Amino acid sequence: MKRAYFDHAAGTPVDSRVLGAMLPYFREQFGNPQSIYGEGGVAKAALDLSRRQVARLLNAEPEEIIFTASGSESNNLALKGIAAARSDKGRHIVISAIEHVSVQSTARTLGRHGFQVTEVPVDDKGVVDPAAVKAAIRKDTIVVSVMAANNEVGTIQPLAEIAGVCREAETLFHTDAVAACGVIPLDVRVLNTDCLTLAAQTFGGPKGAAALFVRKGLRLPSQIEGGNQEHNWRAGSENMPAIVGLGKAAELAQAEMASRAAALTVLRDRLIRELPVRVERSYLTGHPNQRLPGHASFCMEFIEGEAMLLFLDDAGISVASGSACTSKSLKASHALLAMGLPHSLAQGSLMLTLSPENTDDDVTRLLEAMPGIVRRLRQMSPLYAQFQKDPAGYAERLSKEKECHV
Amino acid sequence: MYSERVMDHFRNPRNVGEIENADGIGEVGNPVCGDMMTFYVKVEAGRLKDVKFKTFGCGAAIAVSSMVSEMAVGKTLEEALKITNAMVAQELGGLPPNKLHCSNLGADALHRAIEDYQRKKAS
Repeated sequence: MKRAYFDHAAGTPVDSRVLGAMLPYFREQFGNPQSIYGEGGVAKAALDLSRRQVARLLNAEPEEIIFTASGSESNNLALKGIAAARSDKGRHIVISAIEHVSVQSTARTLGRHGFQVTEVPVDDKGVVDPAAVKAAIRKDTIVVSVMAANNEVGTIQPLAEIAGVCREAETLFHTDAVAACGVIPLDVRVLNTDCLTLAAQTFGGPKGAAALFVRKGLRLPSQIEGGNQEHNWRAGSENMPAIVGLGKAAELAQAEMASRAAALTVLRDRLIRELPVRVERSYLTGHPNQRLPGHASFCMEFIEGEAMLLFLDDAGISVASGSACTSKSLKASHALLAMGLPHSLAQGSLMLTLSPENTDDDVTRLLEAMPGIVRRLRQMSPLYAQFQKDPAGYAERLSKEKECHV
Repeated sequence: MYSERVMDHFRNPRNVGEIENADGIGEVGNPVCGDMMTFYVKVEAGRLKDVKFKTFGCGAAIAVSSMVSEMAVGKTLEEALKITNAMVAQELGGLPPNKLHCSNLGADALHRAIEDYQRKKAS
């Protein structure tokens, strides 16, 4: 039986039309766009077309697009690049408390090298308050980085307002739009953003293909030095199949965004409506409607996410969790904790990210599998046992959560 | 990621539950860490007549609890107190390195339940 796959944030099948566009660039059109003979010209034309396709998706100019190998690389380039370019203007960086680790870790590394970092909190729905960003900005703030939409809870941020606050304070604004770009409309002119990170795998493109938009006039020192590819922004021979795939995926995402979103929203809303009915004491995480169309995330009380994930895997269903045991670092999702969830609830995290290839049958399978799996794990759970026998004692336990010393 | 033994004990955990009027109860871990185990023991003539557990945690934590309970039933208290975390991990055919702390919890919870019995008996 075909598996029901709900972890598109981790990996998405490449759209067959995208794959078709990529394939010639492995063998027939293998040229290097830097070469001046025939093969180079063909590759250069494909590189230029991809750049225009990505620029069009964002309403940017082609020369404002830098191709990179991952969203993480784009985030590193944006933050480290701005830090290097603007350190004479100030040494303060503002990020939100729920940024992807590639933004969070980069900012913290800068924090150990003479920069100061302020993390702006989020509310219980994972929303960053533009007024809180404004309050965090100082005279020496050189950049604010807030993600367009969160990958773990799907919440879409009020980007235009946050960018407005930054513009007013004459601070640069970067947004990590890996989870959002190609899924919801993002117009860099309307949003007034200085840098924006995107990755092809979010919208049917291949892994290893990403880009950074950098507003015209802003110059960031290259973080990978060498040849003069990407107008000296990023050295290294262009990964042509990946770049062509990114361009094609961007073109298709732009053309089909509305219809994809409409279909995904139907599946998402069914999950959000029905799962809490089928499983008592399960809760939606993130914002109920200001969220990505293909994103539904929950916490199942009294149980741990990895165990739930393994039983779902046995049932042919693939999901993700932000629980400590699921992560290699053994830490519960910082995004869920930043939203004020108690650890015991964050441990029961279930994250579902859908793509246009998901069907209503997939959703039905998940909805039907969940109650039995949750029941089985709750029957084993000492927390559930305590809740049933002594609800007051259980509530007290939650309120007195200790630090973990393992 | 997990060995077949681990998956077997995770999918079909032995001795899940509680013991009414248990002779000893031991609790370790907490939800902040991601794992929490409660062990219940029934002692008869110096031996563990029954061992049951409840566990909140990952696949490894559940498998470890199950294995510890299976290893402990029928043993004298002295023998059961000698069950080490390394022995549990070995019986399970190994655990991923970042999951070894789960096996530490398993033996600890059993030992605490036995110590709880010994304390009650002494008083």
